[in-house]
Amino acid sequence: MSVQAAALHASRAAARSRARERWRAALRSKTLLAGVSILGFWIVCALAGARLAPLDPYADDLLATLAPPSAAHWFGTDQLGRDIFARVIVGARDILIVAPLATLLGTVLGTALGLALGYVRGAVDEVASRVIEALQALPLVIVALMALAAVGTSDLTVVLVIGFVFTPLIARTVRSAVLVESELDYVAAARLRGDGTLAIMFVEILPNVLPIAVVEMTVRLGYAIFFVASLSFLGFGIQPPSADWGIAIAENYSLVGSYWWTVLFDAAATASLVVGVNLVADGLAGVFEA
Amino acid sequence: MLGFLTRRLLLSLITLAILSVLVFLGGQLLPGDVGRAVLGPLADARAVAVFDHQVGVDRPLWIQYWDWITHFVAGDMGRSFTFRAPVAPFVAEALAHSMKLAALAFVLVVPLGIAGGVWAAMRVGRLSDRVLVLLGQSLGVVPEFISSIVLILVLGVWLRWLPMSADWPEGTPPLAQVRYLILPALPLVLVFFGYVARVARVGTIEALDADYTRTAVLKGLSMPAVMRRHVLRNALLPTITVTASLLGYLAGGLVVIETMFHYRGIGALIYTAARAKDFPMLEAGVLTVGAVYAAASVAADLLAAALNPRLRTAA
Repeated sequence: MSVQAAALHASRAAARSRARERWRAALRSKTLLAGVSILGFWIVCALAGARLAPLDPYADDLLATLAPPSAAHWFGTDQLGRDIFARVIVGARDILIVAPLATLLGTVLGTALGLALGYVRGAVDEVASRVIEALQALPLVIVALMALAAVGTSDLTVVLVIGFVFTPLIARTVRSAVLVESELDYVAAARLRGDGTLAIMFVEILPNVLPIAVVEMTVRLGYAIFFVASLSFLGFGIQPPSADWGIAIAENYSLVGSYWWTVLFDAAATASLVVGVNLVADGLAGVFEA
Repeated sequence: MLGFLTRRLLLSLITLAILSVLVFLGGQLLPGDVGRAVLGPLADARAVAVFDHQVGVDRPLWIQYWDWITHFVAGDMGRSFTFRAPVAPFVAEALAHSMKLAALAFVLVVPLGIAGGVWAAMRVGRLSDRVLVLLGQSLGVVPEFISSIVLILVLGVWLRWLPMSADWPEGTPPLAQVRYLILPALPLVLVFFGYVARVARVGTIEALDADYTRTAVLKGLSMPAVMRRHVLRNALLPTITVTASLLGYLAGGLVVIETMFHYRGIGALIYTAARAKDFPMLEAGVLTVGAVYAAASVAADLLAAALNPRLRTAA
């Protein structure tokens, strides 16, 4: 075995043992485990949907409207007599499609943009950083409201708008990581070897900033769920007749004084989902830092 | 100090200029024709053309932008499509309302957050520290309409301690109005508590670790004196800057909160304008929020510079 091959072998073995170490740390992390359980529960609900629910989530029953929780309807019924237990289960689906897709879009675009800005630098980087700063002067909900008012609301436009809004935020995080990486020897070595700019960006630097991008993605997923839920509540997110929790709360919160069950279970479901994703993000950050 | 001030002001002016272009372009995203969108699909084509000419959307984009921004800076924010009246008075009144709500939320969350952060920093690494950090972080990701629902149920419906709507009766004295604003302010407090606490915690941990703190302890100062004179003074500096930047994010929460509690602030104004596709109103509201944020962050930087001489030359 040549010296180079031995060195390569050793560094691969080190990388493997580091990955194993991380995996063990992940299993030890209680926050991560708690988060994954909560998130897993809602993913199962989203996938199985109506098959898990004892009653049809979309069936009206005008003889049993606004019925309090009972043996027949565990979480009671809403204004149309629909079973809230079934709707809370089915309601996980749309938000768990829209929010992750938006996050993925933002992460892919943001990572590419961050790589480009951090590695190429120069005037483009300067201008882009100013625009990103200007965008950050606005709360995301307001940016999204404005864009959605202009282009119209559908699942697709919500994904696109949140994805585009996340892009500069993720780009900023990736950019600062790239700035550190591009000073390191392996980048200089690749440049001396004659590798092209794109090859250095995506083959050399990208794998080293990927953990940061992944942690950033889980953090952003939490925010994406926050925004999709808020937008749905405002009527600019997921649209009826979806059983989405935000829509249900918007339809029923004026009744909260007399019919608390029409909003409380949907509220608890939303809260548990965002907290679950946040625990996963927190746990992952701990694992990657360790 | 003067150089720092001008540089800082210039930078926020550039930010605002870019923001105004973005907001203006956002208003142009509307597909098709403004007149058609406002007057509806059944309107006569000639009426649409007249409307477009009246509001001036048949001119080149950059002329429209220049016209809009020069008038805007002079205080003329355009005419609302919905109300057929100048936008500025609506925005001014809404902003005043929102400031009241934001001020109350601020007065509650800043001391609470700092107290929580310092408390956690003094127990760093212990279970109570970990629980407080996770709790703050979790509360920060729960959307405001969710915490509002729970607070309305518990404090408004079950305990009957607070009124459930911020729409107080005509002639309520200012101090009594605060009672109506507590419930809408609480969800904002919950969302931002973890944020303020985290910054205060990190600042305190750093200050507790610093050499000057060790010196102070070793020369025999009592712990409360060390905390007051050496730790808190240094720890709270970054907290001030960060808290001011909260003001911008607060406006995002206001959209949801003001809609829920029937409060006529800037958030509700933006929401109503977005629903009605009233773009002059929407653009004015959004740009006002951006301007308030820019002003707040300049104020925060100046305050930090006044408190810390080292910052005046840096940055």
